[in-house]
Amino acid sequence: MNDTQPLVSVRNLKKSFPIKKGVFAREVGAVQAVNDVSFDVARGETLGVVGESGCGKTTTGRTILRLIEPTSGEITFEGRDVRSMGTSELRALRREMQIIFQDPVSSLNPRMTVGSIIREGLTIHHLAEGAAADARVRQLLQEVGLRPEYATRYPHEFSGGQRQRIGIARALSVEPKFIVCDEPVSALDVSVQAQVINLLVDLQHEHDLTYLFIAHDLSVIEHIADRVAVMYLGKVVELATRDDLYREPLMPYTQALLSAVPVADPKARKDRIILQGDVPSPANPPSGCVFHPRCHHPAKDEACSRIVPPLEEKAPGHFAACIKQPPTTISWEQQKQAGGVHPPERYLPLAAVHA
Amino acid sequence: MTAPLLSIRDLKTYFYTEAGVARSVDGVSFDIGAGETLGIVGESGCGKSVTALSILRLIQPPGRIEPGSRIEFEGRDIVTLGDEEIRDIRGNRISMIFQEPMSALNPVFTVGDQVAEVARVHAGMSKKEAWDRAVEMLALTGIPAAEERAKQYPHQLSGGMRQRVLIAMALMMKPALIIADEPTTALDVTIQAQILELLVDLQKKIGTSILMITHDLGVIAETTSRVIVMYAGEVVEEAAVDELFAKPHHPYTEGLIHSMPHIGHDQERLNVIPGTVPAPTDWPRGCRFRDRCPYSWELCEAEHPPLYQVGVAHTSRCHIAIEPDRRNHPHTPLVVEAGVGAA
Repeated sequence: MNDTQPLVSVRNLKKSFPIKKGVFAREVGAVQAVNDVSFDVARGETLGVVGESGCGKTTTGRTILRLIEPTSGEITFEGRDVRSMGTSELRALRREMQIIFQDPVSSLNPRMTVGSIIREGLTIHHLAEGAAADARVRQLLQEVGLRPEYATRYPHEFSGGQRQRIGIARALSVEPKFIVCDEPVSALDVSVQAQVINLLVDLQHEHDLTYLFIAHDLSVIEHIADRVAVMYLGKVVELATRDDLYREPLMPYTQALLSAVPVADPKARKDRIILQGDVPSPANPPSGCVFHPRCHHPAKDEACSRIVPPLEEKAPGHFAACIKQPPTTISWEQQKQAGGVHPPERYLPLAAVHA
Repeated sequence: MTAPLLSIRDLKTYFYTEAGVARSVDGVSFDIGAGETLGIVGESGCGKSVTALSILRLIQPPGRIEPGSRIEFEGRDIVTLGDEEIRDIRGNRISMIFQEPMSALNPVFTVGDQVAEVARVHAGMSKKEAWDRAVEMLALTGIPAAEERAKQYPHQLSGGMRQRVLIAMALMMKPALIIADEPTTALDVTIQAQILELLVDLQKKIGTSILMITHDLGVIAETTSRVIVMYAGEVVEEAAVDELFAKPHHPYTEGLIHSMPHIGHDQERLNVIPGTVPAPTDWPRGCRFRDRCPYSWELCEAEHPPLYQVGVAHTSRCHIAIEPDRRNHPHTPLVVEAGVGAA
């Protein structure tokens, strides 16, 4: 195995959920929760996935672990095909891939002690037994900043931040290489959120972990991610290094998203891009570019509603899905044929640039 | 200076639970002027929402507003009003926008009926009059095709639309004060931007005072002119918004501002406030923030700090006001030395 191979690779991932109606649960449609998503996660990196509710970020994370079965597409982990794995292979794989959930209350069994919650993975994967397992549980608790004697207590005795630490200890117990962090800090207060983020960063350095970090909070993503994928209505609409994305967001949706964040500085400039309307239903997404009904790009025209924009490289390592943001592989001729009247032009509204 | 619209003095709201007396709001005082937007910021359990509910007398047993608390509004003390009189204030002179727009609306009535009901109850309007006014208010909050939308049920609207409905409902009687309790917390960031803009706009048009309650310092910075920081049931700092962000005095405020990740600020580690908020049944003696504070000393345990005047219209509940040099010599907070809640 070489080092340049990505740890996790996702190609053309799709997941649709059927919409059922009536007494016979007839299928009347489908929600395209994840619609043709591709990305790689390199060893040791943190790929941030950011987007608003219903954009498919959580479904993406869960399909990688096959907690949700994808409809189509490829998922590979260290070159192994995850989708074709049988039960026993999948179980072995779950030792290497773990998940930390958003809700620290419902993700811990209230009837189990903290010790037995953390121990469960050790037992299932035959990693330690008896006194050795006890010692490992104590060590894990210390590692996440909790007292070892907490092992005998129950989840309800802990605060939200402490419970999230327990969830992290459980994920770490099997020494995974890859952790999907699904909104791990969004249920926490600001001061506690910072503690948990710092813990995750420290653990990543100590254990060479690779993270897929899912969040709706752009400032958290900027803090923790090396690269960022922005999702909208089931699609990745922009993918770039953190610095590029925050310095020069190219996709109009990313621009609006960045400018919408309230800035904790009363003296800060207040001009912002206010998007009109709501996110459309993923059961009935707009044609062409899924963002076009709300788009503020000055060159937006008929072509945007007809042509599905490919996620293409606009600058080295900076991918965006917009046919109006040059360069684009969708030629001006093609755009005109689809009803286009405004040639692509570079559009970088000041409001989108924070740094 | 004219008399404030709302004046709260020594408000105490306690809950008599099996685990003991939870002193959720424990001696809070502040004023809101006419047309002003005052922010209350703090984390879960600091007492900010209970303060809001107390203003509307929506505290249910085992909770109660303690004798001696005063909430003066338009010349009346809300604490001692009869049920009939308080109903006349609620939704009429003071209205509230809640965090969760779905649970604040009744699923079996159309949104138009629910908005109209406010005017039928408080202004005795006819069904037709009230409906027309409801449609007008829904349009004012930026709901497209308000006439059609008014005939729909809450589940047919998106979260952002539902929040606009609640705002329309709150505005129906042109109240003197709107209490907005985390009005955008359940919303996505692009929708949050729409709603905050709407609130600021409407306030300019109507001249209502707003009490903006939130945990989000970004929302505070963008919508308020004066801020109160609450911690452990108390006001720990009060200042004009610019002053608070530029010169936070209380170590808790300082920690809160510095523990937020900021877009465009590269930092390897976030500053943290170690430890967690204490339980309201068991506030620590002396300063309630002492265990988590990097500047605390003997005095902080011995004496509960008063609100010190630390600037023009700027107060802070921290003894460091009398020994400012201690800020230059931070130490490891006690909670870390005890080995819990490590950073």
